[in-house]
Amino acid sequence: MSEQQAHAAQEHHIVSPRVYVVIFLALLLGTTLTVVASYIEMGIFNPIIAIAIACAKAILVVLFFMHVKYSTKLTKLTVGAGIFTFITLISMTLADYISRAWGRW
Amino acid sequence: MSDSTAIAHGAPEAAHDEHPAYLRHHFNSVEQQADTANFAMWLFLLTEVMFFGGLFTAYLIYRNWYYPAFVAGSHQLNIFWGSLNTLLLITSSFTMAMGVWCAETRRKSGLVLCLVLTFILGLGFLGIKTIEYSEKIEKHHVPGFHFSVQSFVNPASDKEATAAGDKPLPLDIARRTEVYFSLYFAMTGMHALHMIIGIAILGFMIFRARAGDYTTGHVTFVENFGLYWHFVDIIWIFLFPLLYLISRHQ
Repeated sequence: MSEQQAHAAQEHHIVSPRVYVVIFLALLLGTTLTVVASYIEMGIFNPIIAIAIACAKAILVVLFFMHVKYSTKLTKLTVGAGIFTFITLISMTLADYISRAWGRW
Repeated sequence: MSDSTAIAHGAPEAAHDEHPAYLRHHFNSVEQQADTANFAMWLFLLTEVMFFGGLFTAYLIYRNWYYPAFVAGSHQLNIFWGSLNTLLLITSSFTMAMGVWCAETRRKSGLVLCLVLTFILGLGFLGIKTIEYSEKIEKHHVPGFHFSVQSFVNPASDKEATAAGDKPLPLDIARRTEVYFSLYFAMTGMHALHMIIGIAILGFMIFRARAGDYTTGHVTFVENFGLYWHFVDIIWIFLFPLLYLISRHQ
């Protein structure tokens, strides 16, 4: 292996199948939990728990399946900035809808 | 220039010493090239997040406005099919991740197997979606001229509504279920479109992988396609609870 290739191999982190299997099992567990939770009467907490589990699953996928945990700072910053912008836009839209036109829909 | 010698010789040996053949000349190194492709793919995915984000926000607002209609509409969805589809999609994400690993470790037959499995699981997802859609078509729950509020003004006439213990809705509220189904079809339809595009690209990749294209150390294409596929999975991870699960009890 040439020096350059050795360097490249060092830079490019290969995530092991073991990690993938663990994350896969965690995702299956999350799916089971969210289905089971939907059958339990929890009032306002039903949607909250469902969305919390969905977020946890999404974070696992992003960090491990999508390799963000092992990526460059640039990628991490890009993903973080994207999520931040997304949340900001949703909050501002909801703030607008919540604070006006009550009962006019 | 070192670059031109590599091209002039063209022999694998020269390329091996100078730089791999897949390193484009406007990049300094393989890492820089890989990082650039990764960055660009993430930028594309962020535009996708914003695109689906608009649909999710619309769903959130309309659900708050027309809450009883959204609850009744959601009772029409089948949790069994939804859960099975979630299972298929998560498994396909796993096989895709394993495919990326196979490409990175230069396992050609492993890569082909993973891509074929991902392809089949993706088709299975679409097959189940077809079953669900045809049920909606039969019951006239597709928004438009033929939309019927029968299941909502007279829940006793409807198997799913009876099972969920729905109370009859007044006509004006029952009409709002059309908004629920519009969003249901817009969101799952857009998601399905992304699946179809993904499956088409997978079909192309299976042929190239069999020719040994991705197991030469140049894994960017497989890796970036993996990002796309996992992104589509994440969208479903949110669609499933929002559309199928959270209104079970009201």
